Amino acid sequence: MEQEVATFKVKKGLAQMLKGGVIMDVVTPEHAKIAEDAGAVAVMALERVPADIRADGGVARMSDPELILQIMDTVSIPVMAKVRIGHFVEAQILESLGVDYIDESEVLTPADESYHINKHNFKVPFVCGCRNLGEALRRIGEGAAMIRTKGEAGTGDVVEAVRHARTVLGDIRRLQSMPEEELMSFAKEIGAPLDIIKETRELGRMPVVNFAAGGIATPADAALMMQLGVDGVFVGSGIFKSGDPAKRANAIVKATTHYNDPAILAEVSRNLGEPMVGRQVTDIPEAELIATRGW
Amino acid sequence: MPPAGGSLGLRRLINTHMEIGILALQGDFSEHHDILQSLGVSPRLVKLPRDLSGLDGLIIPGGESTTIGKLAEAFDLMTPLRQFSKEHAVWGTCAGAIFLSKDAQRSQPLLNAMDITVARNAFGRQVDSFEIRLPAPFLKDGKEKPFPAVFIRAPIITSVYGDAQVLLTLADGRIVAAQQGRLLATSFHPELTSDTRFHQYFVELATS
Repeated sequence: MEQEVATFKVKKGLAQMLKGGVIMDVVTPEHAKIAEDAGAVAVMALERVPADIRADGGVARMSDPELILQIMDTVSIPVMAKVRIGHFVEAQILESLGVDYIDESEVLTPADESYHINKHNFKVPFVCGCRNLGEALRRIGEGAAMIRTKGEAGTGDVVEAVRHARTVLGDIRRLQSMPEEELMSFAKEIGAPLDIIKETRELGRMPVVNFAAGGIATPADAALMMQLGVDGVFVGSGIFKSGDPAKRANAIVKATTHYNDPAILAEVSRNLGEPMVGRQVTDIPEAELIATRGW
Repeated sequence: MPPAGGSLGLRRLINTHMEIGILALQGDFSEHHDILQSLGVSPRLVKLPRDLSGLDGLIIPGGESTTIGKLAEAFDLMTPLRQFSKEHAVWGTCAGAIFLSKDAQRSQPLLNAMDITVARNAFGRQVDSFEIRLPAPFLKDGKEKPFPAVFIRAPIITSVYGDAQVLLTLADGRIVAAQQGRLLATSFHPELTSDTRFHQYFVELATS
């Protein structure tokens, strides 16, 4: 009985276990406990939520390993952590800590403006952001075992999350209705590997799990993304920047499960207290947009 | 030619009679759904107590056992699921196996349906997740064709007592599958493979 670790099947398999669930940004072990108690399927351990990264400015880097280890000790659910785009040494460090997933994230300041990490080199699986199918399939080609649409992190404005999910899912529908002779030009047009394009066309979906992220702040936002066709949601600033994080977290978990049941959505949306103070994406200067980071 | 082992007969029987539920609160329920469909069984997603009525069996998928348990409590599924498991075939994969157990060695909602104790994340963290081929004599051609078992942050079954029986172990003796009457628990995920023999085994249990 030969045992094989870190196969692509087990890397993407963990993401499959997270489907229909909510992954929550947490900045302390106490937050992590609140998230787990509210029914999160995983937590993203980081020093500042995206809304604060945005407000503070400066260079955003991998979090202190001590904080990540404390959070890993606190909860039994999977723990994810972020590295800068292209910063493979931060990724080596997180792998050695034993985190369950690495997010090569545009929310942090990119370390490389041309190349992402070669994620095939790691035993730990990676999730990466995308705005369209080409970007998603390039990341999968580099070894990502899970994809999330980027949205615009730290805004509480769902508009970009919707745009990116619609774009990716629309690209897949277009791919499926395309005659075979057009595939090579399509691959060239979107800048994605032909073999993964063919696989996506055959499956009618990307070959890995696809969550939505970036701007989800209410149970209705989560259900909207689920109805659009994503597999689950990341909620960053939307929970711990709101008036009653535990209650809101729990409501978003329930809404993600019952995304098709308006009566339940109405029930869980009642009396949640103040949502995070949002920032309209159209008010943000182009240079401050996060989603455009990624190559 | 139909596949060997008389599965054409089974398939016909299934086609006309069987409806199997999949607890769809969270996790990889769509993978189970697709395999059941490929076997000619009608799958039904279960999110609320009313969804259980008339089902011949239920699968509790992989996912996060704490999330599934909390949602089951929140939507009043605990009592209906316990009742269902007394009368029907139920199979839990990974998180589902934890949920079926009587003891997960920490405080979380459990169905207390099977006489097994489980240890969560017993092999370590995600980097220790693995695949292995396990000889499974009770499956069709299970001796010659070992079953591809995928373990993801998997639990092990640390003890089996009462009416429960050990079904599968790793080479070192650790228990990774158990059965108690028509209740089935596996640490691994047959739904992540294209091998449908475990699902066939469960469908036959549900028919018996």
